[in-house]
Amino acid sequence: MAAKPTTVLDSRALARTLRRMADEIVELFDGVDNLIFVGIQRRGVQLSDRLADILDEREQVKVPRGSLDITLYRDDLQTVGPRPVVGPTKLPWDLKGKRVLIVDDVLHTGRTVRAALDELADFGRPSRIALAVLVDRGGRELPIHADIVGKRVDVAPSDRVDVLVSELDGSDGVVLVRREDAA
Amino acid sequence: MSPRESGIGNRESERREPGTGNRAGVRHIALRGGRVLDPSQRIDATGDLILADGKVESFETAAGAAYGDDYEVVDCSGLVVAPGFIDVHCHLREPGREDVETIATGARAAAVGGFTAVCAMPNTQPVTDNQAAVGFVLRQGQAANAARVHPIGAISLGQEGKSLAEFGEMVGAGAVAVSDDGRPVASAHLMRTALEYARTFGIPVADHCEEPTLAAGGAMNEGLVSARLGLKGIPSEAEEIMVIRDILLARRTGGHVHLCHLSTKGSVELIRWGKERGIRVTAEACPHHLSLTEDAVDGYNTNAKMNPPLRTPEDVEAVREAVRDGTIDLVATDHAPHHYDEKEREFADAPNGIVGLETALAVVNTWLVKPGIIDLATLVDRMSISPARTFNLPGGSLRRGSIADVTVFDATREWKVDPAKFVSKGRNSPYGGHTLHGRVMCTIVGGKIVHRASG
Amino acid sequence: MTTPLGKDLLALEPLTPEQIRLILDTAEPFKEISERAIKKVPTLRGSTIVNLFFEASTRTRVSFEFAEKRLSADTVNVTASGSSVSKGETLVDTARNLEAMRIDMVVIRHSASGAAQFLAERIESNVINAGDGTHEHPTQGLLDLLTLRDRFGSLEGRRVCICGDVLHSRVARSNIWGLKKMGAIVGVCGPRSLLPNAIADLGVEVFDRIEAAIEWAEALNILRLQLERMQAGYIPSLREYNRVFGVTRERLERAPRDVLILHPGPMNRGVEIDSDVADGPHSVILDQVTNGVAVRMAVLYLLAGGAPELADAAKGGSDR
Repeated sequence: MAAKPTTVLDSRALARTLRRMADEIVELFDGVDNLIFVGIQRRGVQLSDRLADILDEREQVKVPRGSLDITLYRDDLQTVGPRPVVGPTKLPWDLKGKRVLIVDDVLHTGRTVRAALDELADFGRPSRIALAVLVDRGGRELPIHADIVGKRVDVAPSDRVDVLVSELDGSDGVVLVRREDAA
Repeated sequence: MSPRESGIGNRESERREPGTGNRAGVRHIALRGGRVLDPSQRIDATGDLILADGKVESFETAAGAAYGDDYEVVDCSGLVVAPGFIDVHCHLREPGREDVETIATGARAAAVGGFTAVCAMPNTQPVTDNQAAVGFVLRQGQAANAARVHPIGAISLGQEGKSLAEFGEMVGAGAVAVSDDGRPVASAHLMRTALEYARTFGIPVADHCEEPTLAAGGAMNEGLVSARLGLKGIPSEAEEIMVIRDILLARRTGGHVHLCHLSTKGSVELIRWGKERGIRVTAEACPHHLSLTEDAVDGYNTNAKMNPPLRTPEDVEAVREAVRDGTIDLVATDHAPHHYDEKEREFADAPNGIVGLETALAVVNTWLVKPGIIDLATLVDRMSISPARTFNLPGGSLRRGSIADVTVFDATREWKVDPAKFVSKGRNSPYGGHTLHGRVMCTIVGGKIVHRASG
Repeated sequence: MTTPLGKDLLALEPLTPEQIRLILDTAEPFKEISERAIKKVPTLRGSTIVNLFFEASTRTRVSFEFAEKRLSADTVNVTASGSSVSKGETLVDTARNLEAMRIDMVVIRHSASGAAQFLAERIESNVINAGDGTHEHPTQGLLDLLTLRDRFGSLEGRRVCICGDVLHSRVARSNIWGLKKMGAIVGVCGPRSLLPNAIADLGVEVFDRIEAAIEWAEALNILRLQLERMQAGYIPSLREYNRVFGVTRERLERAPRDVLILHPGPMNRGVEIDSDVADGPHSVILDQVTNGVAVRMAVLYLLAGGAPELADAAKGGSDR
């Protein structure tokens, strides 16, 4: 039985967090030269766009934005059961020598990022890949780490952490849904 | 001396009869308490039918008669006792394809189906087109000690449609008719000559009506189903064109043409036209054309593939009505066993034909009698009396002195068709898994019980 | 595991509009993969797929092979001869042997209608019909639908005319079913001797003259005049066919609107279609080829797994 969701970040807090993350990105890469943002479908794309918009406004620079659907690279396709819908991938560049920032909403086991790394390798050889996530909820199953984290939360494995974006969900925020029984 | 007296052209099978082989020493059978249904005498009454020395001795309506030790008594209460069924059209595959049926297994399958006599079509390998071959079939049938087997000889040598076979010699050896079935007689000239020549011997010429160029390559009825399934169709006109051709030739020659396995509404209308004019045309229909439509092919079911093919509901309705009103004279099975491997193939490559001896009564009963389209008396007529009369065969009556060929059946018994249990070697039936009504309980040939249903 | 498509793709006739839409929607992202430098995703890695072609075909087989390889599957091509009756193994034995080798999927093309279903009923592997006799060619129908949908936006109410030897064409049948299920209005045009007698019962408009069809249609799917299938006597000559039924530039110019031109290939230039039409501005024939690989990838992807969740799959549950 699902209990009432708890708000971890409301829309204002989320906007503040994104602004801070944008600053950290510029610091991490020492500027935005040769940098491409790649958002992971689905909500990573919206977050990536927000971050790029912030940089555009602050630094007057337009960072190229790509999107990546990792469904076909999942390591659990044979066992996930229902065939997931495949979303669009838009990466119309050769990544050789470029710096790539992967943007995703929630980092948990790390398998999604692993799939994204595999897929990016098929588009060329970036000089550096970094990872920015809005929420890191721990529980890694692979040696993956995020360079830039919006918020760390400490939750039970059966809890769900959902990121909401107004473009898809009607409002912005991060909510925690505790489960009485296992997910 | 007439041909009959000289011995050429007589029916050999009339002279010989299967010996009685019932319980040792028993020469009488009393079929007790059944509903004796003999339209040839207009009898439909409950009573005891007494058979003695291979012939019908009497019909007693008084109840409670006692029978001595020299009688085998068969309890027929609740059952119908009828003159033995006769199938004028079946394929027994011997010689040549003994792997799919022999005369013996076919004759036994016929007995299980209630048939006391069958006519075996000559499209064997080699073709039965001479007196030696006809004699072989006759003797194999006698050795089977089941249903009688009356051979049919070919019309043309090798069934190639070029030159006539020796009708006289074949009749002398036991043939009761001639046919090139399996194939049509493509040449109208040959058909005409055959009809004329057959008159000498008083035998019918049975034709498989199929115009070869229209039907070539076809695998099922031409219509909406064939368009959907992407199968080449055989239009109904392929049958009807030959039907009218044969009727007109029968008119010209005065011969007796018997049209095999009719399947279309158009054919029925043409027969009616011919009979109205007094032309000597007789016709048969098969149980599958009275019960199944082209929809049975859906899913590429090769057990629904035969020639002529299953047709539309309108055709089925017309053929049923024709059986009812006698436009179609009789029911024949066109029993055509095929090997499992041959039918287990792409639809277009699978051979045509299904078995039918063991399901014929049940199919006709389920689809025609049960819904009230015909009554049991008509069924008995179409399956016994009319075949005997049309092909001039012994039997078809329970009149005193007739040969003791009797079929005893339960018109209400339900049973599930399991082709794996068929006595025939062939398993290719579309009725597998169907529950049918009507089962043969006992078959008697020449006063000898050749089949008794268990349970 | 079951998918909304079931174990096999044998025909379009039994599919629902939702299933067809699912395949077309799934094909969209697969188009992008063919634009990448590395045209490969690991999705079907380790799967074994046999292309069992009893009829010669370069185009369809190569298209399937690309689809399979771009999904990282291992493919084996088997060209077998003729029907069961002629030389070689029966279809039943071929089926059993494939199963014994633990093949995951079979793509079959055969000259007998019903052959794909015959195979599918006898083996557990997924079976994809790449054309069975004159019955259906479902992936061709699907790629035609995708090509039209890309241009029209939606197929609802669109008038599409199939021109040529409909009687012997499995492409025609698949198109008729697929288009009708997507709400399009279907017409056919050809000499009556090359249209099934019961064609009107299939729910299509029938045009006896190509001019009338061109005036009516928003798209023409022009079928190859199948010389190898025709028994003699259906039409008198190719010359007459082109003069009476050929889609020529002059005829198209008289059309009241721009008419899309499709052709499943290979083309008989100068018979059913003139070169300047095939290579002209309204021809989407090459798009069909591109879409063919994407559609086939989509079909392989969908058959090889479970039913798609319609939402939240990419968002993922706990598995991030």
